[in-house]
Amino acid sequence: MNTEQTLLEVKNIDVRRGGVRVLEVPHFSLRQGEIVCLVGPNGSGKSTLLLTLCSLLERHAGELFFKGSKVVDQSSVLDFRRSTATVFQEPLLFDTTVYDNVASGLKIRGLPGREIRQRVEQNLERFSIKHLGQRAARKLSGGEAQRTSLARAFATRPEILFLDEPFSALDPPTREALIDDLDTIFRETKIAVVMSSHDQAEALRLADTMAVMQQGRLIQMGPPADVINFPADEFVASFVGMGTVLKGRVVQARQGTVSVSVADKLIECVGNAAIGQSVILCIRPENVTLALPAHHDGTSARNHFTGIITRLVPMGHFFKLNLDCGFFLSTHITCQSLEALDLQKGLPVSVSFKATAVHMIART
Amino acid sequence: MDLILEGLWQAIVLLCTLDPETWRITLLSLQVSGAATLVSLFIGMSAGICLALADFRGKNLVVSIINTGMGLPPVVVGLFVTIFLWRNGPLGFLGMLYTPGAIILAQAVIATPIVAGITVAAIQNLPRNLRLQILALGATRFQMVLLLIREARLPLLAAVMAGFGGVISEVGASIMVGGNIKGYTRVLTTATVMETSKGNFDIAIALGIILLILTFAVNYILTHIQQHDRPR
Repeated sequence: MNTEQTLLEVKNIDVRRGGVRVLEVPHFSLRQGEIVCLVGPNGSGKSTLLLTLCSLLERHAGELFFKGSKVVDQSSVLDFRRSTATVFQEPLLFDTTVYDNVASGLKIRGLPGREIRQRVEQNLERFSIKHLGQRAARKLSGGEAQRTSLARAFATRPEILFLDEPFSALDPPTREALIDDLDTIFRETKIAVVMSSHDQAEALRLADTMAVMQQGRLIQMGPPADVINFPADEFVASFVGMGTVLKGRVVQARQGTVSVSVADKLIECVGNAAIGQSVILCIRPENVTLALPAHHDGTSARNHFTGIITRLVPMGHFFKLNLDCGFFLSTHITCQSLEALDLQKGLPVSVSFKATAVHMIART
Repeated sequence: MDLILEGLWQAIVLLCTLDPETWRITLLSLQVSGAATLVSLFIGMSAGICLALADFRGKNLVVSIINTGMGLPPVVVGLFVTIFLWRNGPLGFLGMLYTPGAIILAQAVIATPIVAGITVAAIQNLPRNLRLQILALGATRFQMVLLLIREARLPLLAAVMAGFGGVISEVGASIMVGGNIKGYTRVLTTATVMETSKGNFDIAIALGIILLILTFAVNYILTHIQQHDRPR
């Protein structure tokens, strides 16, 4: 990574609470314009890492560099905080008007009145809340309040924006609208962003880099598509919605493909592993094709099995099907297809998936 | 009933005729209790804010002690302030006993825990992350404290009202450390006690009504300030 591009870098971060280590991150960096999303279940350390990165949480050990300079004493911390902005899950607005809230960061910096007015107007417009300028902040809806909080953050023209679960408290339509707007604003302003979320869909929508956390550690970091399709371990696989995660043992290895024995069935997958190696196989539900046994045709897929439907879970626009093929397998099917095939619990079906659809992880 | 009506009439007469003694008593009450409230605000609010923001072992104990102090009996305060200011007492050299200054001191002791207790509750009642949000906006620690005070201004003004209300109506300490000296340390409450004991109910009622009007006026002004700058 080019150091000139690196805005923020932390090394050997160690955060403790009541003497107990709650965060341990050997290295993390953020480039100009990069959008990183920290994901993980509740209590995985996302918010702790985020608050440590924006220097709001005291660290037991570790160094923080902003544009190559070490952030160490009070004045450098203040300068760093004034170059960044943080938005929390709750909007945390001041008990005054929307306008004054958006202006608050600028007043703290002692900017002249004309500049404050101009920046506030610009950001009220940017977040479509110009009509709310004189409204009392405490009378806003959740979405309006979060927009005000974001406008307040953007008004300070930060070089890095930290967002701590900014959409968690919003209802789905409000969240959708805000994510759409933020996506546009992020691309326009080319701002560097670190956000935390327990929803991987938000990461997929907004982020260039997805960082999965568990128990205060960064487990995997990379482009969202890579993390989702090629999880580094069993935890990441189940967190990113792999659907099917199976334990097995390699019984045959040819060039580039291996056969893995899972509950006495053989699953073929692409990859290299030694015979006898314990592995974990991950199969995304959307990569599993389902048919009635009579209609089973000769697809190019290497893996064919017959299974029994054990559970049908309605998921809104589609159904999640759990199958017993001798091993557990999960797949998705549209409501129309479910109706057309008249699928029911206990019915035998035929399933197939390609060898390339199986992601293999070596177990240590 | 006649007694009360007579008292009311007497009060109007005393006020309208600008009875100098009554005005002096009223003004001194306002000055003494106002000064005591100011002192208690300075000490109580500073201590309350520090306590609310600090994190240390035994914090709950300190807050409990302050909360207990919110109900300090004025006569107990009067007793200890008298002992401290007594000629042979630790602060006897100040020669403050039976002066308005002594009443201010005693009343400040009464009001300070009230202000501190309400301040702690007011600041702790703000969202926990608000402090972090203010720091994240680039505020210095001093700016953060000012913004927290602004956010807690409603309960903090309630602290001012409670503090002032506690001391303007207090009689035990004032009479013990002030001595109810005519034209010097006589305030509305001590004068009311004296007139009642002398059987001058009309004057006592008149003084009581003046005290009520005064307390109402001060609280009305504070409430007006409290509600004024909130956006609608």
